[in-house]
Amino acid sequence: MSLRRRWTVAAVAGLVVALLLPRLGVPTFYISLLTQTWIFAIVAMSLDLLVGFTGLVNFSQAALFGVGAYAVAIGATRFHITAFAPVVALGIVSAVVTAAIFGLVALRSEGVGFIIITIALNEIVWGLAYQWVSMSGGDNGITGIVRPHVGPFDVSANTGYYYVCLAFFVIALLLLLVIVRSPFGLVLKGVRETPRRMRALGYNVWLYRYLALMISGGFAGLAGVLFAWYNQFVGPVALSLDQSTQILIMVILGGIGTLYGQVLGAFVVVFLSNELSAVTQRWEMVLGIVYFVVVMYAPGGLVVLIPRLWGRLHGRRTALVPHEPLLGPAGIANAPAEIAEDS
Amino acid sequence: MGLQFYVQNALGGLAYGSLLFLIASGLTLIFGLMRIINLAQTAFYLLGAYVGLTLVAHGTNFWLASVAGGIVTMVLGLAVYSAFLHRYHADPLTSLLLTLGFALIVDDGVLALWGGDPHSIAPPPMLAGSLQFGTLVFPVYWLAVIAISFTVAAVLFVALQRTMLGVMIRASVDDEEMARGVGVDVNRAFFVVFAAGAFIAGLGGLLGGPITSAYPGLDGELTPLAFAVVIVGGMGSLSGALIGSLVIGLVNAFGKALFPELSYFTIFVPVALIMAFRPQGLFGRKL
Repeated sequence: MSLRRRWTVAAVAGLVVALLLPRLGVPTFYISLLTQTWIFAIVAMSLDLLVGFTGLVNFSQAALFGVGAYAVAIGATRFHITAFAPVVALGIVSAVVTAAIFGLVALRSEGVGFIIITIALNEIVWGLAYQWVSMSGGDNGITGIVRPHVGPFDVSANTGYYYVCLAFFVIALLLLLVIVRSPFGLVLKGVRETPRRMRALGYNVWLYRYLALMISGGFAGLAGVLFAWYNQFVGPVALSLDQSTQILIMVILGGIGTLYGQVLGAFVVVFLSNELSAVTQRWEMVLGIVYFVVVMYAPGGLVVLIPRLWGRLHGRRTALVPHEPLLGPAGIANAPAEIAEDS
Repeated sequence: MGLQFYVQNALGGLAYGSLLFLIASGLTLIFGLMRIINLAQTAFYLLGAYVGLTLVAHGTNFWLASVAGGIVTMVLGLAVYSAFLHRYHADPLTSLLLTLGFALIVDDGVLALWGGDPHSIAPPPMLAGSLQFGTLVFPVYWLAVIAISFTVAAVLFVALQRTMLGVMIRASVDDEEMARGVGVDVNRAFFVVFAAGAFIAGLGGLLGGPITSAYPGLDGELTPLAFAVVIVGGMGSLSGALIGSLVIGLVNAFGKALFPELSYFTIFVPVALIMAFRPQGLFGRKL
């Protein structure tokens, strides 16, 4: 069976399991963690479009995500926009507009400069949410967000909402797969690999990066909308730098440049942080240690690590940790590990 | 809003900016030399503050306690550097994530050891009063902080410009490979600069305590400011960090006074202007 077909079978099997889970008597606690997983998988995939396919390490992804979430909250509490489709549209448009503004500033540099500027941009938006109390509620955030009806369906219960998020996750994954496999996606990969050569070939590198940033912002905003409904609350933590970092850790853990791997990364981070916070008060410390472990021992992500561990078990001598740095000397995110080499 | 308003906020802003310099100088030097974006720099500051205030509570002299805070921070920072960070100096993303992980650990460790309540820190008795000129009243301690930071800045400038070690560090910044080629011990330069950055931030913790006080999460609030400083000044430039600190300190003070709800935003007005027109910062080189 070819590798590609094996992945397809695994994906379909995974989807069937995901669809059946709420019917199999899985406790609601886990259903709601899985709902979170779908939401964070969307934002992690949106970041992977930038990191893995365009070579832009964006530290302001949480700001885009948070703008989507705050759009829901502010739209509902101030402008009484609560119907399903208008809210989704509002969240996505707000995030795309934010990304468009970010792009004008941040895309003047690349590599490390881009990282530094996007950190600053994230902090600006966080500062607004934290301090503009009359608009954002400050540290207390905004409560009273109600999950809307989706067409005729009432999804206010956890199970119903689980399916909404799962559906959006599948749609986002398929859309992103189409995007990265389209001619546009190929240009993005060219931009990631050798921006200079793409320029010489006549491609407007800046414009491709800009478009990628806006597309990514749209998906991040969508995830933010789902997150606001999920929590029925939005606070500044949702768009903190720590949140941006966690999303990036999901991307790395899933495997940079894989898209489908990000659901794995989201799953691990969501379950880990929730299970840890149930077991120990010091879960933030453990999360810090997790950062160390992930970037040092699994920079290629689980999709690389697991097959290699498997290979080790079967006596193949493969290096567990690839030696390429996460970010190349030019400061452009490195080409993702190819899955094929492990098969 | 008369003259008094302006002088008061200007002095307060300069004092706050001086504190920011103690954090941002390490951030900019460590980045300039090693390409490590050390987001644990404000966590170093927080750690120094807590170590210092604990010592003061046990009767240690304020200045001695600040230095001790700096030393403890430096030792911890160097441990992390030697064990993990030094391997990734050519890999800004990995090192950045490591420093973020370390900041989380410090933050949570502080919460575990000292609890979540804010600690206010009193200035040393000899500097506890306030000065009065007509209607203008401000704490003496503000002046002391400004003086200390400028002294630190002067020491750093002299060390970089006039000592052999400084020459080696500057050579490593300019062209690391060439510096190695002519026999400069670049790794030692890295070690020294990281130690100095951690020490100064840790030292700043208690010194800044009377102004910022100390509480878990303070580091998260200072990080955007420290970042604003190095973006305005230019990553890697010490003079940029000094100018940037004062600019951000002043903008912060006036922003807080004039637009209390939007003070983070006002800080980032100069930052946005710089990013739009001069992405490498006032004194920085192109990244």
